[in-house]
Amino acid sequence: MFPARFRYEAPHSLDEAISLLRDGGDYVKVLAGGQSLVPMMKLRFATPDMLVDINDVPGLAYHRTDPDGTLRIGALCRHADLEFSSLLPGTQPTMAAAAPLVADPLVRNRGTLVGSLCHADPQGDWASVMLALGGSVIAQGPAGRRAIPLAEFVTGPFENTLGHDEIAVEAVVPKALGTRAGGYLKLERRVGDFATVGTAVAIETSGGTVVRAGIALTGVGGSTIAATDAAAALAGKPLSADSIAEAAELAASAAQPKTDHRGTAEYKRHLVRVFVSRILGGSLSSTTGSSTTGSSATGAAAERAA
Amino acid sequence: MTMVYDDTGDEATADVPVRKIRFTINGRKKVAEIEPRLLLADLIRRGVGLTGTHRGCDTTNCGACTVLVDGRAGKSCTMLAVQVDGREVTTVEGLATASELHPLQEGFKQEHGLQCGFCTPGMMLSAKALLDRNPDPTEEDVRWAISGNLCRCTGYQNIVKSVLWAAAKLREREPEPAEASAVNKVEG
Amino acid sequence: MTTTADESRALDEIKIGGLGSSRKRVEDDRFIRGKGNYVDDVVLPGMLHMEILRSPLAHARIKSIDASKAWALPGVRLVLTGEMMATRNLAWMPTLSYDTQAVLATDKVRFQGQEVACVIADDPYIAKDACELIEVDYEPLPPIMNPWQGLAEDAPVIRDDKVNQADNVVYNWEVGDKAGTDRAFEQADVISKMELHYPRSHPSPIECCGSVADFNRATQKLTVYLTSQAPHIVRAAVAMVAELPEHMIRIVSPDIGGGFGNKVPIYPGYVCSILASILLECPVKWIEDKTGNLISTGFARDVYLKGEMALRKDGKILGVRMHTDADHGAFFSDAQPSKFKIGLMHSAFAAYDVPAAHLTARGVYTNKAPGGVAYRCSFRVTEAMFFQERMVQAAADDLGMDQAAFRRMNFVRDDDFPHRTPFGFLTDSGQYAKCLEVGLKAIDYENFRKEQAEARKRGRLLGLGISTMTEPLGAGNSREYDILGIKMFDSAELKVHMTGKAILRTGAKTQGQGHETTWAQIVAHELGIPADDVVVEEGDTDTAPFGMGTYASRSTPVAGAAVAMVSRKIRAKARKLAAHLLEVSEEDIEWELGRFYVRSAPGRGVTIQECAMAAYSNMPDGMEPGLENTAYYDPPNLTWPFAVYIVTVEVDPETGVWDVLRMVAVDDCGVRINPMIVEGQIMGGLTEAYAMASMQFITFDADGNCVGSNYMDYLLPSAWETPGYELHSEVVTPCPHHPIGAKGIGECAAVGGPAAFVNAVMDAISETGVRNIDMPVLPDRVWEALTYRRDVSGAPPIRQD
Repeated sequence: MFPARFRYEAPHSLDEAISLLRDGGDYVKVLAGGQSLVPMMKLRFATPDMLVDINDVPGLAYHRTDPDGTLRIGALCRHADLEFSSLLPGTQPTMAAAAPLVADPLVRNRGTLVGSLCHADPQGDWASVMLALGGSVIAQGPAGRRAIPLAEFVTGPFENTLGHDEIAVEAVVPKALGTRAGGYLKLERRVGDFATVGTAVAIETSGGTVVRAGIALTGVGGSTIAATDAAAALAGKPLSADSIAEAAELAASAAQPKTDHRGTAEYKRHLVRVFVSRILGGSLSSTTGSSTTGSSATGAAAERAA
Repeated sequence: MTMVYDDTGDEATADVPVRKIRFTINGRKKVAEIEPRLLLADLIRRGVGLTGTHRGCDTTNCGACTVLVDGRAGKSCTMLAVQVDGREVTTVEGLATASELHPLQEGFKQEHGLQCGFCTPGMMLSAKALLDRNPDPTEEDVRWAISGNLCRCTGYQNIVKSVLWAAAKLREREPEPAEASAVNKVEG
Repeated sequence: MTTTADESRALDEIKIGGLGSSRKRVEDDRFIRGKGNYVDDVVLPGMLHMEILRSPLAHARIKSIDASKAWALPGVRLVLTGEMMATRNLAWMPTLSYDTQAVLATDKVRFQGQEVACVIADDPYIAKDACELIEVDYEPLPPIMNPWQGLAEDAPVIRDDKVNQADNVVYNWEVGDKAGTDRAFEQADVISKMELHYPRSHPSPIECCGSVADFNRATQKLTVYLTSQAPHIVRAAVAMVAELPEHMIRIVSPDIGGGFGNKVPIYPGYVCSILASILLECPVKWIEDKTGNLISTGFARDVYLKGEMALRKDGKILGVRMHTDADHGAFFSDAQPSKFKIGLMHSAFAAYDVPAAHLTARGVYTNKAPGGVAYRCSFRVTEAMFFQERMVQAAADDLGMDQAAFRRMNFVRDDDFPHRTPFGFLTDSGQYAKCLEVGLKAIDYENFRKEQAEARKRGRLLGLGISTMTEPLGAGNSREYDILGIKMFDSAELKVHMTGKAILRTGAKTQGQGHETTWAQIVAHELGIPADDVVVEEGDTDTAPFGMGTYASRSTPVAGAAVAMVSRKIRAKARKLAAHLLEVSEEDIEWELGRFYVRSAPGRGVTIQECAMAAYSNMPDGMEPGLENTAYYDPPNLTWPFAVYIVTVEVDPETGVWDVLRMVAVDDCGVRINPMIVEGQIMGGLTEAYAMASMQFITFDADGNCVGSNYMDYLLPSAWETPGYELHSEVVTPCPHHPIGAKGIGECAAVGGPAAFVNAVMDAISETGVRNIDMPVLPDRVWEALTYRRDVSGAPPIRQD
């Protein structure tokens, strides 16, 4: 398997990269980690005319926390940077749970969170995590920067709302309104498998009350799904067995799974219900109110994360 | 390298983009003129002539093509060769010195960590990346670290033993604390 | 030349790397340095590259092929289509099962991924570009994705190329005693029934297939480097298919990146690269990509079972009835002995004392890739043992008997050998009950049952699965076993040089089994030449003696025996040399490891090395010089290793996910040449067993699209999911007819293992009353069984919205 021919540019600045996108023609792709794009090009599912490789653009490999707690992830921050980051444990339980479950260790060394968001694969993990956290993407184009909330960024399978001359330069997780809890659970049949179902849950509690909640689903629809009703069922009250059950049920009904070789629609919907319950159940039983639940449901992985 | 092609007319090659890159492989500096679509695995195998890096699955799942780029393990069939411009590549052929095998190489032989040998170079490089970061891994750490590399022969148990063998040997040899991880370096 | 009487004389066998030594592997030295030499590493001057265009459809008539744009692409040297192959009588080729197979499609495509055209170019990237430019006009035909569709009255005939083929039936075949079996069922107290599907699987070595064909116009010699487990069969086939003189064909199997049966057949890509090299008069390399490998090369399994056991209420098995329907794909190209249409399926129940059994088998053409290869398996014994052990579990449950007790009661007893199985095999040795006791003790059977009952009260689902089996390894004997008429013997050639160093060549071909290490150990055992002094070479048909290759765990039983026998021939000649050197008659000479001595004066002796020197420098008058010989070994019977695999699992009742808690393996494979390597083989086999039980399968949708065409969908377990293994080697029953008492081992765990995993999961959910979940036992299937309390079939086409 070999890619078709394409023009390749490796700019050294964002401005240069944006000009290349603006003037580059009809089918230009930005290359960051390339862990989804390059295989698709080898399979010739993707045949771009030009690749703009941003790996030589300085200053994009960061992830950092602002003084107010806002987390910023640069376009060249690799999954592995997050997996081994000291910034996530404690404050970002959903992200910390998801980071080791993305693809496999080698792909995590190279692939990027921002690239994963742009790729908008319905089976991608990060889009759900960021959606649940109320995150956004910072796009930079000839007219400057703009923030696009995740809910508006991913519009369909492999579709995002970036302009053709815009680059996603950063992902942003807003500061928490309280103490964060939550997690990410994923059924994968083996390491590196696409999610049969993935469920991201992020809640923020203050004074015993859930002040913000987000639930988003991987692999159970044509796109990443925000289970907004389910999240709403949690907000404004203390976490309880009842509210968890309600949220789990609403999340399950928000899923739009299809029967395929990974399982029946009914099974996938059921898994959403189980995963939401398990993540929130973990939060409920945790004394601190902040717990990390992350595992791929190949049970072996679950043991590791436990 | 010098290449002689059949003359198929100027228009044939006029729109074939070629880039010149400079990179280091196993400590040796190289220059190459390549098409951007050339995969790193092919640059290493066909360009440099180091055939220990293997092509396995083509879809970023098996890890037979694993190499280190600036110390990080990655799949060379999923990287473009142009992307190593200015970078340092380590392949299996770079593990041993002229006089001595790397402890991982010794470990794989001692603990029967290979059978057909096809996945072995990639396994050792993923393991090297692990040991560079964590000199005293548990069995579980090793299983996790090599979970992007598939082996069809061994059932992994002896691979895990091989890596632990190497870790023990490396600790004996270098009792001082391990250097900061590659991950942290990039973050900084 | 002589030693004194007080010296210890016989060599320490372990020290010289002989039998029983866990000698470190010789081949590792190159592999750990990245210095292996696999087919893709072969680079010849002026070499061109070939890529194959494959059919996107499972069943379609080819209306036209327009390759003009491909021809026009700069760098393209040749485009081959079926039409061009046909002009050279190469559009079709014979299979290993007396059928025919398309090399490049002419009339129809019959499976997704079938070879339609190929391009030879300066560079593989250009060859791929050119493939994309070939325009093929297809007229779609209804695809047939399982035997039932193929057997339907209105089903289109897939093999309309064959005269007298009016339907999609490949064969009907039967074996056993029908009348006796019918009588057994009439007398039965309980009849236990099972219906199962062993799903299609692919051996999937990490290295795909490939070839470098190099035809030299000047010498008329064709050299082909290719990924073959059986290079001599390839040479014979090329001679017949390409009508080239056999002595001008040299097939070289270099290092092989795993085979597992996938690299036994002859593939269209090999043939095309050979023809391209002949036409272009330069070397042509073809390296398959993973999708090509998974969707077009030898698959395995895909067999449906209807099984019945006639049981007496005390637990005695009275009879077994089996019917199998096998999905062979578009061409019947099983790589198996000619006499047995469904391979050695009738080895089922060989470990049990079954008075009567009858098997009927039917093969059906479908729109899938051909193959039917022995994937880590002696020709369908994997299916046989899986069916057997699933049936045995169900039978014990139906009788309300303990799983271990039911097996123990029905095993062939140690004093019953040789034992004629109900299907006519002769098993020769074993200690089945002892192996089972070792396994049960290791897993702490009684306590686990208690723990399981306790856990169930708290809603936790624990299960234990047992699989016990013996299987026939080491085809064949030549009376019964041949492939395309070539008898299944094997060979070894040993040349001992004058300094006592030696080169050994066999007709087998290692692919990770470690022949370069273990064959030398057999020589060390027989001759006392240190293993390090013996270099082993295989895979080059110009130098290796004729052999049938390495698959079906036959190397140690057959080629390994040949190594022992050729060593004995060498020793016999060395004895004459020793007599000459010691100036006594041959009858007065005794042998101990590494040395001949005079019976009456043990201190007087000569080493094997001294004999070797004499063979070239001081032989007696009239003796032919040299110390070289060849042995062809035709085994008197197959070898019958026995194994017990016990697995414990926990099933998550909410998700259907199951985890292996422990896996105990007790293998009695007779004498172990190199225990380290044997254990490596067992662990590799267990992992493939786990893979097949848990995730690895090829399936299809209703349109004939292959699901499992790359490693994103064809799931192989990583180190993370793969369980740890506890191996037991304390039971050793030497093979009574093998020269060193060894039995085959490479495939045992892959053959017997799957049932242990599945039986464990079924045991964990036994309260549901569900009899079967087809492999792979995926979480969604377990959940469905738990939720709806019904059997879950995995037969294609897959369910889809």
